[in-house]
Amino acid sequence: MSASSSLPRRLLRLKVLKPLLFTLCLLPFINLFWRGWTNDLGPNPEQTVIWTTGLWALRLLLLTLAITPLRKLTGWAELARLRRMFGLFVFFYAALHFTAWLGLVNGFSVEMALRDISKHPFVLAGMTALALMTPLALTSTNGMIKRLGAKSWQRLHRLVYVVGVVAVFHFWWGKLAKNNTASPTVYALILALLLGLRLWWAWRAEQTRRAQALQNLAAESKRQGNNQGNSNSLA
Amino acid sequence: MSKRQDQGFEHPTSSEITPKEIYKDRRHFLAAAGVGVAAGAAALAAHHAQATPAGAGQSAPGKLAPLASQKNAALSTTQTPTPYKDITTYNNFYEFGTSKSDPAKNAGSLKTRPWTVVVEGEVHKPRTFSIDDLLKLAPMEERIYRHRCVEGWAMVVPWLGYSFSHLLKAVEPTANAKYVEYITLLDPAEMPGQNDPILQWPYLEGLRMDEAMHPLTLLTFGLYGEVLPNQDGAPMRMVIPWKYGFKGGKSIVKIRLVEKQPVTSWMRAVPQWYGFYSNVNPDVSPQNWSQANERMIGQGGAFGGLFAPRVPTQLFNGYGAQVASLYQGMNLSKFF
Repeated sequence: MSASSSLPRRLLRLKVLKPLLFTLCLLPFINLFWRGWTNDLGPNPEQTVIWTTGLWALRLLLLTLAITPLRKLTGWAELARLRRMFGLFVFFYAALHFTAWLGLVNGFSVEMALRDISKHPFVLAGMTALALMTPLALTSTNGMIKRLGAKSWQRLHRLVYVVGVVAVFHFWWGKLAKNNTASPTVYALILALLLGLRLWWAWRAEQTRRAQALQNLAAESKRQGNNQGNSNSLA
Repeated sequence: MSKRQDQGFEHPTSSEITPKEIYKDRRHFLAAAGVGVAAGAAALAAHHAQATPAGAGQSAPGKLAPLASQKNAALSTTQTPTPYKDITTYNNFYEFGTSKSDPAKNAGSLKTRPWTVVVEGEVHKPRTFSIDDLLKLAPMEERIYRHRCVEGWAMVVPWLGYSFSHLLKAVEPTANAKYVEYITLLDPAEMPGQNDPILQWPYLEGLRMDEAMHPLTLLTFGLYGEVLPNQDGAPMRMVIPWKYGFKGGKSIVKIRLVEKQPVTSWMRAVPQWYGFYSNVNPDVSPQNWSQANERMIGQGGAFGGLFAPRVPTQLFNGYGAQVASLYQGMNLSKFF
């Protein structure tokens, strides 16, 4: 049995997997909507909606950032096809989170919202994360990848690392208000691991490249040395 | 009480399919549901009014021991009290966990009898009171106060208690008594949240002497005609209606009169955000969110009241006429 026909990889290739995961990603929203419909959002529905959407945006963001490391560690190339869907769900929940804040907390008053953003770095951080995410969502189509070219598209989408840092910071700062930073710390550690792995791989790739370059150089100079030796002996 | 039942919308007959227009016109549907809730709430309110004995205040929910009182209408708001269920299931009481629903779940382990309260420090007559002494110290009043949490939500609570000044006068403060601090029980066995060093235990809060002596400052023993549920700070707590809710220490065992301004639990934990005064103020938000407006809890409506607008927050939570003079000449942005 070849590596590409292992059970996990065959599962990852199943046609139903994407619709299934799509539905799973939508479940927190469906649940929230159902609880609203049945008047079951708790004593403070506003807080329930804002916290739930924000938390799921963050969870799915970490999941999105986990795809590439997971793919590299396992060799399951099929994971890559799930990444865009998770990423778009991050944007979906972040947009809901923002809309709930703008509409429910600020009554859609742009003036109030701007005052809040300018006074409170915690709010500014959330806004920054959403603003940085927006171009990524807009350029997520195959057409846009083609139009931008794979290289620049990839460079643009590295912004997601910044989004990760800013978003976790937003969460951590929000919880600091109640001196309750235990769960943001867990999110921060996971993010550090996911970004750390990338740094480590990038560093190693660089080392390999340098070693290769040195080797090439050594081989080159040896060849030249030999040539010189030959020419000396000829003299 | 299930809110779900109240929210129900009426079909012409149960066998008929809901008309298409109603499905189409979601706004209309939500509005209709909202009207349904309002009507349900009105019916309930009428029912409550009938059940209330003449002359008494809020009807008791019948969950805990009743606590007799006289209503103090002069110091009460005319706003409709928040449902008992919300007041007793949506609590910040870190001694029982950090989630709002934790205190109602975990506070059963607190034993409120026997209970003693030590009053000491800069007083001529230091004394240890039993909770029964304190219940009898002054006539019990019902006062319906607005309650504003620093997190941006608000309630209206029919508290039972009497002015804290009665207790302070009983122990005769000395001339050195400039501040009063009140301390919550320290007992990790009964208060499991104290195993988490999230705050420095025991919880400590305090007031300046003139704030403590103000008639609105309420030494509180009950709500909704009954003794306090554990999750709301049984058997005795403080309520200072013009300050954020966390100033109201719960399950108090010690009161100390002191010369220097106390360092409260929240000042110690996050000093840049929590000051000693913590007066409700829409224009001052040292915390990282705006205090300009507030979400009223338990208002009902479609989606549990999700789309009801927030209401503007008032300086001193609307008690400015009574307390603004305490802070004359003080920069409220500096002394937050």
